[in-house]
Amino acid sequence: MKIKSKGINRTNWPVMILLIIGLVTIIFPLYMTIVIALKQPSEMTNSIQGILSLPEKFSLANFAEAMRVTDFWHSLGYSLIITLITVALSIVLHSMIGYAVGRNKTKSKGYNFIYLYIVSGMFVPFAILMMPLVKQTAQLGLDNWVGVIILYVVFYMPMNLLLYSGYLKNIPVGLEEAAYMDGSSTWRTYWKIIFPIMKPMHATVAVLTALGTWNDVMTPLVIMSGSGSNTLPLAQLTFQTQFGTNYNLAFASYLLALLPILAFYLICQKQILNGVVNGAIK
Amino acid sequence: MKKMNEKKRTFLWMTIPIMILFFCFNTLPLIRGMIYSFTNFKGFGSYEWVGLRNYINLFRDARVGNSYLFTFKLAIVTTIVVNVISMIMALALNGKIKGKSFFRGAYFLPNVLGALVVGYIFNYLFTYIIPAFGKVIGSSALQSSILASENNAWIGIVIVCAWQSIAMNTIIYISGLQTIPEDVFEAGALDGATGFQKFKSLIFPLILPFFTINMVLCVKNFLMVFDQIMALTKGGPAQSTESISYLIYNNGMSGGQFGFQCANAVIFFIVIVIVSVTQMNILGKKEEQL
Repeated sequence: MKIKSKGINRTNWPVMILLIIGLVTIIFPLYMTIVIALKQPSEMTNSIQGILSLPEKFSLANFAEAMRVTDFWHSLGYSLIITLITVALSIVLHSMIGYAVGRNKTKSKGYNFIYLYIVSGMFVPFAILMMPLVKQTAQLGLDNWVGVIILYVVFYMPMNLLLYSGYLKNIPVGLEEAAYMDGSSTWRTYWKIIFPIMKPMHATVAVLTALGTWNDVMTPLVIMSGSGSNTLPLAQLTFQTQFGTNYNLAFASYLLALLPILAFYLICQKQILNGVVNGAIK
Repeated sequence: MKKMNEKKRTFLWMTIPIMILFFCFNTLPLIRGMIYSFTNFKGFGSYEWVGLRNYINLFRDARVGNSYLFTFKLAIVTTIVVNVISMIMALALNGKIKGKSFFRGAYFLPNVLGALVVGYIFNYLFTYIIPAFGKVIGSSALQSSILASENNAWIGIVIVCAWQSIAMNTIIYISGLQTIPEDVFEAGALDGATGFQKFKSLIFPLILPFFTINMVLCVKNFLMVFDQIMALTKGGPAQSTESISYLIYNNGMSGGQFGFQCANAVIFFIVIVIVSVTQMNILGKKEEQL
């Protein structure tokens, strides 16, 4: 039993040390971003010490300037509105169609067809929809943040439908049957009984949809760029030319763009990890 | 009977409006894209039918051909790199270490950050920090930016894509490892299975479904790569890092090749479907065998 006493309940120090060293790959880019964002161009030299040394004096001037240049609060506002409304609509609409389709697809060919039709939308790359959508949203007057929300609700439908209808398999039909017997309508049964029961899946859907929409560049880039408003990532792209060679200003702006999601991650780390894993495995 | 109808009607009301929305903003543009692909539309003004000319020209266009070669090279190399490293990371993070949840949280961090901003940060790292470091250690290979090299710029993109994706794949492998019961390891240990052999014959077969998920996720995501290209190279130098999505965006939206790039996008769509379906079939069969 030599192997057992060696292998169990002991910390594996070599692995542990390698993991600590490996953290450098995560921390270094972030450290670099913070240090450069806090410095002035005059403090930067071409040597590696010059770039990576700590700033001589602590100043938030770059951040104030970056906020002004990229119109930070407006971009943040648009990013927040788009993400929050997309998540809310996804939870309400996708769980609803997930319920209707999930409960009927085994019995009805029609619902099974709808299920396959929407889920196969996962294979459609944005590249093919992009050009026609630019024309279509412009014709409908939706070439703005409202259009972006509608598109997200459509783009996340295949994945979320898959998740919700998969989750429903674990919820016994008897629960609804009992409610019908008591005279409750289907609509009411759904909202009072099924919707609350699907709470764990709502969390997964919210995390996946939020991460995806918050960080997305391509959709706002082609749909919103003519509307004069920006999302947070789009603002970085739009103002690239204005930063010129002032990397200190640019990095302050990047850091500002990363901060909201960093804060969100630090607070809801557990839910995010669970959500991502559930979403991928189901 | 009345009850049954009420149920059916409600289910229809829950489905049809949402399905129509999906049709209008997914299927309809898909069909319109296919129609545009048979025209010489520039994105504005009038246009006429050109039949299959766009498709014939696609196969003759060196730039399109190169973008397919580049995108596949990137997708295959990154998928291998990411899966090998993720597997090692998962084994390490699932091992007997202290502060498991801290390490898992820290290593997952890159995945929640936006790819565009991460790309910009690495752009600076490749352009200034690594050459400066090269000077310090006196290595001439490191002194010029990797992104400025026609032959090596793609490696920079692999690194950035990998940095973000390893986080995701590691987490999926960890949840795979956690499904393996403890006594499987103990039985293996008694049989004298150690190291790589133990991994190959004991662990890997048990987490094959998670390997499938990771392969499908990776290949599909990397074939559609866009943000990283936008932030790191904008397709350069000398169009050596133009991914398919980037080429369609760039030339289709502002290069006056709307119709032509629609044809490119249709081919791209077909390629994605073929790759995904083949992958799932091959990996699905392997799973059945075990």
